[in-house]
Amino acid sequence: MQDNPQPQEIVTAVSVMLRDTILPQLEGRATFDLRVAINALELVARQLTHADSSSAAERARLKVLLGTEGDLTALNHALSRMIEAGTLTLDDPGLREHLWATTMDKLKIDQPNYAAYITELRL
Amino acid sequence: MTPKSAPAAAIETDADDFGTALLMLVRRAIPGTRELGNLVRLSGGASQETWAFDSTGTLPLPHRMILRRSPPGYIAPFRTAGIETEAQLMQLAYDAGVPSPLVRHVLTPSDNLGRGFLMDRVEGETIPRKILRDKAFADIRPKLAFQLGGILARIHAIDKAKLPELRHITAASELAELKNAYKKDGQPRPVFDVAFRWLEERAPKDAIRETLVHGDFRNGNLMIGPDGVRAVLDWELAHTGDPMEDLGWVCVNSWRFGNIDKPVGGFGEIADLAEGYRTAGGETVDLARIKYWETFGSLRWGVMCLGMLARFTSGEDRSVERAVISRRASENEIDLLRLLAPR
Repeated sequence: MQDNPQPQEIVTAVSVMLRDTILPQLEGRATFDLRVAINALELVARQLTHADSSSAAERARLKVLLGTEGDLTALNHALSRMIEAGTLTLDDPGLREHLWATTMDKLKIDQPNYAAYITELRL
Repeated sequence: MTPKSAPAAAIETDADDFGTALLMLVRRAIPGTRELGNLVRLSGGASQETWAFDSTGTLPLPHRMILRRSPPGYIAPFRTAGIETEAQLMQLAYDAGVPSPLVRHVLTPSDNLGRGFLMDRVEGETIPRKILRDKAFADIRPKLAFQLGGILARIHAIDKAKLPELRHITAASELAELKNAYKKDGQPRPVFDVAFRWLEERAPKDAIRETLVHGDFRNGNLMIGPDGVRAVLDWELAHTGDPMEDLGWVCVNSWRFGNIDKPVGGFGEIADLAEGYRTAGGETVDLARIKYWETFGSLRWGVMCLGMLARFTSGEDRSVERAVISRRASENEIDLLRLLAPR
């Protein structure tokens, strides 16, 4: 067992320092590069915070939807094959619900400021 | 890809040779030229170099010019039309009344500048967020969708007999290619699977009108002034195929840059795009097919993000920018769900 603080807390502290202290000291291309780097660190922090619970929920949904056991990758491969073969379609409310829940959880980590995500969150 | 990765000494030597060769070329192409000034490499365009400069001399005014060329040693991806073809298409577009800069010269080996072409420089804005938010464009924004429709009708009316050799694209052939790229990545993406299935089932089978298709006609590749569209840029992905592909691509949510309620480029309505198209003599406007190609475009852009991922994973481009772009495929997933399974 590693000691505290946890990775997401450290990464967040680094990105806050970069944004508040280092960014104002830069100009030109370096500003752009650092902004990209800060955005990347914030994405990592969000993933460290949320990924465990969203992956567990995704796996639980897949087990019900497919009626089989397996790890997340295996279950997603199975789902992918069924959709490709046409045995599971968007007419199935369970599939729609699963795809929406999974996609919203992905956007929460990848791009929480994406306009389409913000609009869907309000629904 | 970026000049900063090359050793500084190499850049300087190249720059001297480059400057001399360019001056000699412009003296031939624009009679009266004595010198070149304000030579700068413009940002944007990873696969091609764009240089801006002024030619000065006995001309009435400094002549503003652009050199667009493939970097030496650059191998064009198979999908692109080729830089000489691009020049030829811009010339055809100019002749057809499409806002387009005048092409002055297509490079030959004796020019010693690689492959590319010389054209007049058109001033305007290409940065989508500025076009969508700056006050200077407030009056023109509501009129742009209609203008874009008219421009597309003129592009699609270009005589096929005059076209250079181009790739021909059908929905089915392009879907097969995209699917290969998706499978190559290996990660299962159920939303992409749903989109593939939906698009495959609806792939147009009837004999569609076949025309020149710009292939990347969207907010970001249009030079805009307060008076409207001044130039259609980036003909690299031009091909022949279904003209509705261009009308669908300009509506893809990725090119609305946050203004998701304005389907055409974040500034306009599909009805205006269609009206502009019809008014300029464009034949049928098929709204269902526009939606088909919009959906197609969202999937295509998502699959292209996987290409970014491959370049990062392979070590070809280990930049932070490449890494985070790869994580934007999920944007296309939510766009696809909004199109195919709206809540």
